[in-house]
Amino acid sequence: MLKVKNLHVYYGGIHALKSVTLELSPGEIVTLIGANGAGKSTSLMSISGIVQARSGEIVFEGVPINAMAPDRIFSLGIVQVPEGRRIFPGLSVTENLDMGAYLRTDRHGIKSDMDYIFTLFPRLAERRHQLGGTLSGGEQQMLAISRGLMSRPKLLLLDEPSLGLAPVLVQLIFATIERINRDNHTTILLVEQNANMALRIAHRGYVMESGSIALQDTAANLLRSEKVKQAYLGIQP
Amino acid sequence: MDSEKRPMLPLIGSEIVKSTLTALWFMFLTFPIMVIKISPLDKTIHWRWMNLVYVGAGAFFLSFLWRYFMERKVQGARADEDGGWQKRAGQRISTDRRIYLPGLIALGAFVAIFPFLFSSYQTSIMITALMYVMLGLGLNIVVGLAGLLNLGYVAFYAVGAYFFALMNHHFGLGFWFALPMAGAIAAIFGILLGFPVLRLRGDYLAIVTLGFGEIIRLILENWNDFSFGPSGIAGISRPGIMGASLTLHQHTIYLYYIMIVMVVFTMIVVGRLRNSRIGRAWIALREDEVACQAMGIDKAKTKLMAFALGATWAGFVGCIFAAKTTFINPSSFTFMESAIILSIVVLGGMGSIMGVVVGAFILILLPEYLRAFSEYRMLVFGASMVLIMVFRPQGIIGGIRQHYTFQRKPAADAGEGGDAACA
Ligand SMILES: Nc1ncnc2c1ncn2[C@@H]1O[C@H](COP(=O)(O)OP(=O)(O)O)[C@@H](O)[C@H]1O
Ligand SMILES: [Mg+2]
Repeated sequence: MLKVKNLHVYYGGIHALKSVTLELSPGEIVTLIGANGAGKSTSLMSISGIVQARSGEIVFEGVPINAMAPDRIFSLGIVQVPEGRRIFPGLSVTENLDMGAYLRTDRHGIKSDMDYIFTLFPRLAERRHQLGGTLSGGEQQMLAISRGLMSRPKLLLLDEPSLGLAPVLVQLIFATIERINRDNHTTILLVEQNANMALRIAHRGYVMESGSIALQDTAANLLRSEKVKQAYLGIQP
Repeated sequence: MDSEKRPMLPLIGSEIVKSTLTALWFMFLTFPIMVIKISPLDKTIHWRWMNLVYVGAGAFFLSFLWRYFMERKVQGARADEDGGWQKRAGQRISTDRRIYLPGLIALGAFVAIFPFLFSSYQTSIMITALMYVMLGLGLNIVVGLAGLLNLGYVAFYAVGAYFFALMNHHFGLGFWFALPMAGAIAAIFGILLGFPVLRLRGDYLAIVTLGFGEIIRLILENWNDFSFGPSGIAGISRPGIMGASLTLHQHTIYLYYIMIVMVVFTMIVVGRLRNSRIGRAWIALREDEVACQAMGIDKAKTKLMAFALGATWAGFVGCIFAAKTTFINPSSFTFMESAIILSIVVLGGMGSIMGVVVGAFILILLPEYLRAFSEYRMLVFGASMVLIMVFRPQGIIGGIRQHYTFQRKPAADAGEGGDAACA
């Protein structure tokens, strides 16, 4: 479904991605784990077109999207939920969701998707008229993911959805990600620092280290791998 | 709130101490200019000690008043949490048809017969105020909705005015033909300005737009062959009705009605725009650019649309301005104009249509009627801006969106977590 090949991204003089190669099949949850500054966010941003790659290839369903503008890539069905839950603080929950459906015109579909989202996150339904900025961190993350879903993406790019959340909420968020994948066959590329949780729900995983892919395997194998255990799961041998 | 009421007496005591300190500080600060007076002729120094007393007493009184209002403001904010009376009244007026419909009809009737009730001079001032309403509404698209701080808005106003003036001067183009074209030309200039500033935000955007405004003015001032320089263009024709010849008074009345129609038109369009797709995209852009892109919104197009649509109104008003005064020169298009229009938007309430209308009337009519104190006009103007920004930072009538409040309600009807009061 998505093929990224030999991607190089620079921020001025900083070589942020060094020949990154990834692949996603339809309906998969794939996680991209790695330490701070490894280049995970940069990978997502270059897929969604917010950051331009200097060289390499990104192909989505057979269409090369390297040089496309973010709004074009979005309309192909790739939606990014940016890091740090960038919801619109001055808009209410429903208005935020409406923004997610910005390119859609089917009112009924939008309505039923919103209802679906409110069954995923009943907490958001309770707060539907509240301003985004006044929600708690967990609720904002729920809103950010939901807003991403409102455009019925084929590929959902999630950037550290568990960042700064209480363990109970992390559980809830991950369970919901699994459910979204199951309900709608949405392909998900999940960037996480919480490797343990991410590998538990993912089918496959990539480990990133300073701008390149260091390891790739099925999630189960990565969970067992000594290297991953030491470096990312905090387990001493 | 009652339980939080602090004991009154110690409070007043500390306020008196603070105000006394303020007064002493002011007495010290103004000592050299207010007390010492040197007369160079007979080489003596006058010590005007009474002035010191006046300054002290005045500063004490004002400081006390200030503190009193600040305290009330804090309490008012607390009261607002359980629905302040202002909000409730506002909601009633805007939702209860029995109050709002007759009010609207009365206002409409007053507006319709205004030129027959008042003198030509008053009507002319009213036309000016209405022009600023339009300018404010136009700038409100750029600043209030899209959140792009544009300090060079006057440039588009100048473009509209000069377009009509030059076309009229060289080709005898009439007002009604020029009006839509002036809007279109201004929109093109809006896009021209938009392109280079697409990547800028906040202060940087403000500086570049400020520069743009000055560039246009300087070109008009210096390119004599094109714009006739500082001497300007005279003898611009007024709007006509099918060749009928009107007296000056009739022209004023005619222009008044044109302005009323234009303002109503502007209000409808801006109101529609706000709730349209592009309006929502502007609001999203204002809130967060990255998130906005992640929603599939074309950032560049959205920004350019805001600049172009905002500029269009300035172009219209420019054309009307040229037709009203029949003479224009670059000194009508200084930065001060941009500042006034921006003040109207900020003072009235960013993003609020009624706010801009009220803001324009206050800022344009007040100085007109304060002409008696012409020397202090700018002082009064500045002071009232400061006061309004301190006590109503959201503007006189804040945008509807800012009125969402968080209300705790019994769990039974938790579905209605917030509530919006209409402005
Ligand atoms: N806007 C930027 N400008 C310059 N350098 C950046 C920018 N964003 C990220 N970087 C750098 O790129 C590298 C990868 O960052 P990022 O993709 O955010 O990592 P991660 O998401 O894995 O924490 C880091 O070294 C970071 O400092
Ligand atoms: Mg990151």
